[in-house]
Amino acid sequence: MTLLQTRNLTAFYGDFQALYGIDTTLDAGETITIIGANGAGKSTFLKAIAGLIRGPADSVRLDGQPIGARAAADIVKLGVALVPEGRRLFPSLTVEENLLIGCYGRKMSGPWTLDRVYALFPILRERRSSAPPTLSGGQQQMAAIGRALMSNPRILLCDEISLGLAPIIIADIYSALPQIKAEGTSVVLVEQDIVQAMKVADRVYCFQEGRLSLEGRPAELTREQIHRAYFGS
Amino acid sequence: MLILVPEMTGWLDALIQGVLLGGLYALFAAGLSLMFGVMRLVNLAHGDLIVLAAFVILVAAERLGLDPFVAVLVALPVLFVIGFALQHVLLNRTLGRDLLPPLLVTFGLSIIIQNGLLQIFSADSQRLRAGAIETASIPLGGGIAVGVVPLLTLLSAVAVIVFLNLVFYRTPIGRAFRATSDDLEVAQLMGIDHRRIFAIAMGIAFVVIAIAALYLGMRANFDPTIGPARLLYAFEAVIIGGLGSFWGTLAGGIVLGLAQTIGARIDPEWQILAGHLAFLLVLVVRPRGLFPRALD
Repeated sequence: MTLLQTRNLTAFYGDFQALYGIDTTLDAGETITIIGANGAGKSTFLKAIAGLIRGPADSVRLDGQPIGARAAADIVKLGVALVPEGRRLFPSLTVEENLLIGCYGRKMSGPWTLDRVYALFPILRERRSSAPPTLSGGQQQMAAIGRALMSNPRILLCDEISLGLAPIIIADIYSALPQIKAEGTSVVLVEQDIVQAMKVADRVYCFQEGRLSLEGRPAELTREQIHRAYFGS
Repeated sequence: MLILVPEMTGWLDALIQGVLLGGLYALFAAGLSLMFGVMRLVNLAHGDLIVLAAFVILVAAERLGLDPFVAVLVALPVLFVIGFALQHVLLNRTLGRDLLPPLLVTFGLSIIIQNGLLQIFSADSQRLRAGAIETASIPLGGGIAVGVVPLLTLLSAVAVIVFLNLVFYRTPIGRAFRATSDDLEVAQLMGIDHRRIFAIAMGIAFVVIAIAALYLGMRANFDPTIGPARLLYAFEAVIIGGLGSFWGTLAGGIVLGLAQTIGARIDPEWQILAGHLAFLLVLVVRPRGLFPRALD
């Protein structure tokens, strides 16, 4: 069943057009990965879904309902949470406060609670009273994912969660993904690390200069296809 | 028994009165500090809003025949609503990347408030009359006494700072204040409606403004034109203390009060000048203030 759909999604930064007519679908329980070079529009795509960039209402549909024109603060309440690029934890809040603010102003209903997030990432429990800037990059990324999970999203949008992290830490973070999916959460990953992206994705979309250049199941895509979609011919 | 020579008594008295005066300046500054801390708003109408609140208390006291301390309780919810509405309807529209619109709008607001008050209340000096408590004092011995109202001012300032710290660091809304101040965009991703958060912050700032207005009106005469000078003291206290720290704002108010009374003790003409010199000195020695927030 289609959970999220974008149709003819465009996005602008002032006069600059960052996305051209992107059509994608995300089924319930599915994980899709968006790959592409720097500046291909991957982060913009996530921002447009999360409501940080707003467009025509029917360019994004959740459960068939148009949400493209809704504000970010509303969209998270509909069950779509974004883990932003660069973690962006709140520096003047402790780690635990960062997690708690993930469900600000709402009654928590769903599998993800403070205890569940601490069970998923035990190091966060130890660092619960710390200021985010004192955490390692990997710990910050865990806190950012935990913060998004606290809203008990149906769809988790993750922007470059492996960026700037050591391979062993990346493996650590990705090992949490099955547990997140086990709660029925659908996942949209933006990832520069193609190998990692192929490993976890049910389907892959490749962007090139704001346009969709390729889509398919990882097993069905050839190296050449991906290379061409990624870099252009 | 401690015997103080008159010279020492005078200096000690100046120190005590300076700290008490600092309480008043801290009250002026606390609302400004809150607005800047949450929404990065530099409110040029702050002094005039304090004067406006003093008139609101005056009207409540005279119309309802209330003591100013009771009248302020009547005025508090009214001013919270005015603050909330002002932010929601007007000031939220001015906030953005450009720093100029909020400055211009609050400057205009300052002019409107001053002239509006002049129109309604004339330029006559007013005062909040509280009866015997106005002149009551507590003797400390050695010829030194502290006035009850100045003492209450300082205690109220401390209470306001404690209250603001509790709200900011112990409540969900305080978390939202800090998160919004840290990163507006990500705060929205958390489901925080920043316009509402800003309006609540302004409502709370107006409550602090009402308390400042109570003591402004009881300790001295006021008229519609004295706002800008209060704004200057409030700014100096916030900057001396360091942006983003409420305890710093209290310290900043006390530094300013101390400088003024010590200056006045040297020569009565130096009172105001000494306060400004202390401010400049802090700017030179510690440009970020005495207690800047660690993360900025």
